[in-house]
Amino acid sequence: MNFALNRRLFLTASTAVGGGFVLGFSLPASEAEAAAATPEVNAWIVIQPDDTIIVRVAHSEMGQGAFTSLPMMVAEELNADWAKVKPEFIDPTEHVQRGRIWGSTATVGSRGVRTSHEYLRKAGASAREMLVAAAAQQWKVPVSELKAEKSIVTHTPSGRTLSYGKLASAASRMTPPKDVALKAPSEWTIIGTPLKRVEIPAKVMGHAVFAIDVRLPEMLYAAVEHSPAFGGKLKSFDEAAVSKLPGVRAVVPLFGNAVAVVADSYFEASQALAALPIEWDRGPNGKINHANIRAFVNEGLTATDAVMGANEGNVDEVMPGAAKVIEAEYHAPFLSHVPMEPQNGTARVTADLVEIWAPTQNIEATLNLAAKAAGVDIAKVKVHPVMAGGGFGRRGGQLEYVTEAVMLSKQLGKPVQVIWSREEDIRQDYYRPISSAKFKAAFDAAGKPIAWDTRIAGQSILSTANPEALKKGPDLGFLVCFTDNPYDVANRRVDFGMRNTHVPVGYWRSVNHSQNGFFRECFVDEMAQAAGVDPYEFRRKLLAKSPKQLAVLEAVAKAAGWGRSLPAGVHQGIAQVDGYGSFVATVVEASVRPDGHPKVHRVVTAIDCGNVVNPDTVKAQTEGAVAWALSAAFYGEITIKNGGVEQGNYHDYPMVKMAEMPMVETVLVPSGDFWGGVGEPGAPPVTPALLNAMYKATGRRIRSLPIVKDSAPRSAD
Amino acid sequence: MITLTINGQTHNVEADESTPLLWVLRDKLAMTGTKFGCGIAQCGACTVHINGAAARACVTPVGMVADAKITTIEGLSTDGSHPVQQAWIAHEVPQCGYCQPGMMMAAAALLTQKPNPTDADIDAAITNICRCGTYPRVRAAIHSVAKT
Repeated sequence: MNFALNRRLFLTASTAVGGGFVLGFSLPASEAEAAAATPEVNAWIVIQPDDTIIVRVAHSEMGQGAFTSLPMMVAEELNADWAKVKPEFIDPTEHVQRGRIWGSTATVGSRGVRTSHEYLRKAGASAREMLVAAAAQQWKVPVSELKAEKSIVTHTPSGRTLSYGKLASAASRMTPPKDVALKAPSEWTIIGTPLKRVEIPAKVMGHAVFAIDVRLPEMLYAAVEHSPAFGGKLKSFDEAAVSKLPGVRAVVPLFGNAVAVVADSYFEASQALAALPIEWDRGPNGKINHANIRAFVNEGLTATDAVMGANEGNVDEVMPGAAKVIEAEYHAPFLSHVPMEPQNGTARVTADLVEIWAPTQNIEATLNLAAKAAGVDIAKVKVHPVMAGGGFGRRGGQLEYVTEAVMLSKQLGKPVQVIWSREEDIRQDYYRPISSAKFKAAFDAAGKPIAWDTRIAGQSILSTANPEALKKGPDLGFLVCFTDNPYDVANRRVDFGMRNTHVPVGYWRSVNHSQNGFFRECFVDEMAQAAGVDPYEFRRKLLAKSPKQLAVLEAVAKAAGWGRSLPAGVHQGIAQVDGYGSFVATVVEASVRPDGHPKVHRVVTAIDCGNVVNPDTVKAQTEGAVAWALSAAFYGEITIKNGGVEQGNYHDYPMVKMAEMPMVETVLVPSGDFWGGVGEPGAPPVTPALLNAMYKATGRRIRSLPIVKDSAPRSAD
Repeated sequence: MITLTINGQTHNVEADESTPLLWVLRDKLAMTGTKFGCGIAQCGACTVHINGAAARACVTPVGMVADAKITTIEGLSTDGSHPVQQAWIAHEVPQCGYCQPGMMMAAAALLTQKPNPTDADIDAAITNICRCGTYPRVRAAIHSVAKT
């Protein structure tokens, strides 16, 4: 077995064992000095005299593999020896000061590879040409006689060689080439190979530093409670009741709607917070309950204020003369992210510098929030990069814990680590929106679908994330899967009855595809049934003009053995959803227990993400997406009582665990002519494929999630 | 003052006996490999070994383990050589990695008890939550240790 610790990670790890002050993946002093003394070949690449190649990473690493996949693309064109490549997170302050030289730092929307593949590969190619030019200059030979391979430039006629480390300083003084040619995929030796993720050894040792693991001298800990109702206010609290409790240092009101207890340890802080008498004004939403919200959203299904998303042919003209018409309504709940690492932030605010450690999906957002909270210029802020213990869309921009940590550290004059309890995490989230769909489909006498009418109702994410944008026009992104519906039906219409509640909503892994994929692909199954056609064959026929969707559908049917003989009670369901620039189809094999709960035996997924950077990462993300989707399908529902969230921890917001996890198979069918995302697209087809399989098992459609709340009578056949 | 034996070393800590072991490890001893995930023994991110058996440190009062042999992820091995860690690397199990110390401690305890666990044994023993969904690789890694 091959076990080699990345040297720098190991140095970091060793410091952690001694209980020292480990600051994420920052360089040890000696290497930091070496790096400072070594000029950049370009902004992405620093090559040290010992041939170590530092490749900058602007995206966050939260388990999705950016810390490996993005440097792989640089290294490919650089013709680097991968063993010598050391990924390093960028410094966001420097990033802003240098005019955002490293591009977007937002690690959202499965965009890591698909938005940066070109500039990262060009950075590698450009640096390679500069290294070669430096060698040509030194040897006084034409560039055409040189080749660069595995971090070494060779003068082919003479056999002379120079390593990149020897050339880097001269290369850095070369003029970057104006334009560089990128390799053809057939020339790739790094892209497309299942390289080991570089940070895994540290994670396996328990040494990987998450923000919550930062330990600083004299650091205090804070537990915080926010208004239990969204829009509520902090009325009063009785500090005297807890100020004498062990370890308590301060009780601090925050923003008018939260209160923090700061203590010598987190346990003492959380105990004192639990004992703190707090009076809340639940505010204007304090009497809103889930039934109110559900009724409000459902009203959007028939409302006359709907905005058109797409309208092809003439649905109204065709419907009345149809041989057969079917209708159905679907419902999807609010969902919470619950990454395993709770929300937390550590700040050390001094007169000269604001330091911050926090899980984030956008390190520049962390920087800006810390600067704002401290009231200083970003030049006085140092964001220490750390691994994020999950993200899933929760940590893209709403990083209140950053603000809280900075404010508390500033006020108390000591480093402070704020940790939200799991209850705060679940109750103060930005939830996957609640929504509903109303469908009507019409068929001719031969069973061919001729019209498809869709009304979507629900809460736009922009109502929380960017209300200004809604003033300029409706959020048609809420209609994804329908405005870009690949199923070939001549007359199609989709419109949107937007119904924005007081509950904050946000981007939840697979976002609007999560509910719309479920709605569409279950209803397509209903259409297939109405047409009397096998659901796979029905889809194939309607996807004849959508070759990418058709290809993954056929690939998954083949891999899963669509229609194969299965044990009694086990049934197959199928679905396909494209999104995030990739194409995915899924077959689920499931049975239904007498109590109505599904047992998922096997999930097979085919994914076409165009070019595959790291096949093992694509597989891992697709496997993970299955668990993500199943937890939500089985159990996921956030409900509202008196204006706030009722659930609070994993006992009432459960997750799929090992015993419920099916066998998962992932088939990569890259068609190679584009760069798609992989973090999210695996999830949307899983739920409808499961529900379609359950329908086959029971003869009854589940149209409202989660499955566990589905209260109608069931039977297992 | 409570005296604890952790990873073969003796530690004297100032803590109330009711303080959960998790917070003594993390806040008093700066042993941060053991993670906080839920605080109510639901997720298993805080799993440690108490006399060789998997236990959830977030609900284990430190006063109850004063005479016990405690092992944390930092003590599973000092160099990553424990078969479970090696299997975790070989199978590229972690994604975000936050739950994995607990997951590995649960797996190591299972393998000590049952060196060749069945899928049903794994289902029963590994009740940790992984939000990234690494369960299939956890299962495969455990089986691979059993085979060696």
